[in-house]
Amino acid sequence: MTSVTDPPQGSFRLSMLINDTRYRSYTFQFIALVLLIGFMAYLGINLVSNLAAQGLNISFGFLGDAAGYDINQTVVEYDSQSSHLRAAVVGIINTLIVAFLACVTATIFGVIAGVLRLSNNWVVRKLMAFYVEIFRNIPVLIWIIIIFSIMTVSMPAPRDFRGEDPSASMLFESFAFTNRGVYSPAPVIDGASGWIVIGVFIASIIGIFAYRRYATKKLYDTGQLLPMLWPSVALFFVPVTLVYFILGRPITLDYPSLQGFNFQGGLHLRGSLIALWFALAIYTGAFIAENVRAGILAISKGQTEAAASLGLRPGRIMNLVILPQALRVIIPPLISQYLNITKNSSLAIAVGYMDVTSTLGGITLNQTGRAIECILLLMLFYLTISLLISAVMNVYNNSVKLRER
Amino acid sequence: MKKTAFYGALTVAGFAASMASAATLDDVKERGTLNCGVTTGLIGFASPDANGVWDGFDVGVCRAVAAAVLGDPNAVEFVPTTGKTRFTALASGEIDMLARNTTWTFSRDVDLKFEFVGINYYDGQGFIAPRDLGVSSAKELDGATVCIQTGTTTELNLADYFRANNISYEPVPIETNAEGQQQYLAGACDVYTTDASGLAATRAAFENPQDHIILPEIISKEPLGPLVRHGDNDWGDVVRWTLNALIAAEELGVTSANIEELAAAPTGNPEVNRLLGTEGELGAMLGLEADWAKNAIAAGGNYGELFEKNIGENTPIGLARGLNAQWTDGGLLYTPPFR
Repeated sequence: MTSVTDPPQGSFRLSMLINDTRYRSYTFQFIALVLLIGFMAYLGINLVSNLAAQGLNISFGFLGDAAGYDINQTVVEYDSQSSHLRAAVVGIINTLIVAFLACVTATIFGVIAGVLRLSNNWVVRKLMAFYVEIFRNIPVLIWIIIIFSIMTVSMPAPRDFRGEDPSASMLFESFAFTNRGVYSPAPVIDGASGWIVIGVFIASIIGIFAYRRYATKKLYDTGQLLPMLWPSVALFFVPVTLVYFILGRPITLDYPSLQGFNFQGGLHLRGSLIALWFALAIYTGAFIAENVRAGILAISKGQTEAAASLGLRPGRIMNLVILPQALRVIIPPLISQYLNITKNSSLAIAVGYMDVTSTLGGITLNQTGRAIECILLLMLFYLTISLLISAVMNVYNNSVKLRER
Repeated sequence: MKKTAFYGALTVAGFAASMASAATLDDVKERGTLNCGVTTGLIGFASPDANGVWDGFDVGVCRAVAAAVLGDPNAVEFVPTTGKTRFTALASGEIDMLARNTTWTFSRDVDLKFEFVGINYYDGQGFIAPRDLGVSSAKELDGATVCIQTGTTTELNLADYFRANNISYEPVPIETNAEGQQQYLAGACDVYTTDASGLAATRAAFENPQDHIILPEIISKEPLGPLVRHGDNDWGDVVRWTLNALIAAEELGVTSANIEELAAAPTGNPEVNRLLGTEGELGAMLGLEADWAKNAIAAGGNYGELFEKNIGENTPIGLARGLNAQWTDGGLLYTPPFR
């Protein structure tokens, strides 16, 4: 009659490694692992033996030697007698500067363009679509070079500002737009009292946030609506202005002026930095715009309608209802865009911006010939910085994501 | 991810290194072409003409080596390299020799494991400035913006020179000579610096060359010469003595015009006979045919002919022989004897 077959009992046989589905996958995974390890070991041994055959070795001692070359944009102290390591640090700082500037600017461009792409105004909507399609479909390297070339060719050279009847003049007597970059006044802080003014300014910013938080809490607790705008503006301007004049104007502006071959003094934003910064910002901004649009579209229309039926105005609907929910969708792809900006900043070499790829991976590599060491250090740097950005953005993402109760 | 990228780099490095085997001479003979690294384009030294045929002073050295080894001056694969890529290209075996106005320095020779086989141009670093800048000496360049090719010795010389004279400058790093020319002409830098020969070649390409002056200071010694990988002495000998043959030919009066006649039968001058292979076994010692030097000289002429044709005073570049004259004429060219 019917017989129930027992599940196969008995001992494990070697053939089951191939025939039995329970073990087969382990077999193949093990084989794959062994092959992978073998392949990597081969590559490693090959590298070491070939280096040995050429009489080369891997050594990081060169980092302590004098670099011997000059860098134009240095935030920390550096001259040609500093070490290669210091040149790398200068490059790292320059990378971080351009990456930070480009991330902030790209986010602003992206959010504005993304929101405006959903505008009811046909012209605005189409203009933003045009921006997105043009900028994200042309390689960023081309944009960098285009912007740099346009600046170099079309802007006046410093010598055009010279003479009785110069063909170019400074804006408000303080900004000079030249083909070597933009010169602007720079603040000069005079001693301790200058720092007090800055301290007061930071304190009033914190004060603004504290006040707004207090006002919001009051609104939620008691329903009493405190004014937001004018106290914020007053906090922003009044204390710092008072302290500034009481302490006898300890912060002055250093204006650029034409001396010798160049403008001297003030703040010099080099053409290479501007080109790289602007190109990265508009290029990545186009991608961020699409992320923002996707995030907003992901919120169901019912939310808008429900908020409207409560009597909220469109601006408030966007700020209080749609964007907080949309951020959950926007932030994860935004992290990748920030990582892209940081990594794409290595295209700096195209315009001679001295980022870490140009100093450590460019001139240092060339002058010392230590290609493997320099590239390994570069990889380590980009990996570290990307993981850091990821980590920070993930913390932010956790703070805005849906809290399940 | 980290591991993948790391081993990726190792792969590249490993493969690159494994190609750099010894016995380059055999490789070249077997391949039938010589892979020669040149600049990406510097008129007079190495640049492709309208038909894509490479021509120039450095190209002449490549063609002479190809003629000596393979008997055909056209059996050359020219590989354009930048200041940054040239050493990697040579070390990895992508090219057999590098003839790219490369300065012979201690660290390149010893630390980077290359072998400079000789000097084909004695050069020095100079500055070019627009005439209306009103500068007559490099010492007046305090605060100037200087365009400079990155990855070259000029970068280091520049830093040393301005430091020694205690004046400041702003470096604008650029990748290729063409880019430097564009930046300089647009006024994005006040002066452009590179080897004086390169400045002359660059100025020759300007619309109004007379509007630009080359400053009198030569701030460095730049002995330029072809180089090969360290450790393959046979191949190094071939390239070295091909260059020497070109120089010796000028000294001995052997030109592309009279070489057929001189090589047809032993002449009265034993050194000419040894050079051209009508006497002795010099070719066999190098592992080449007896007429190796004859082919090399016939390819583009002797050193003097190459110089006059590509960069001499009757060309747009207009360089005088100066240090690059034969020692008998007060220059520095002095080849060891062919014996």
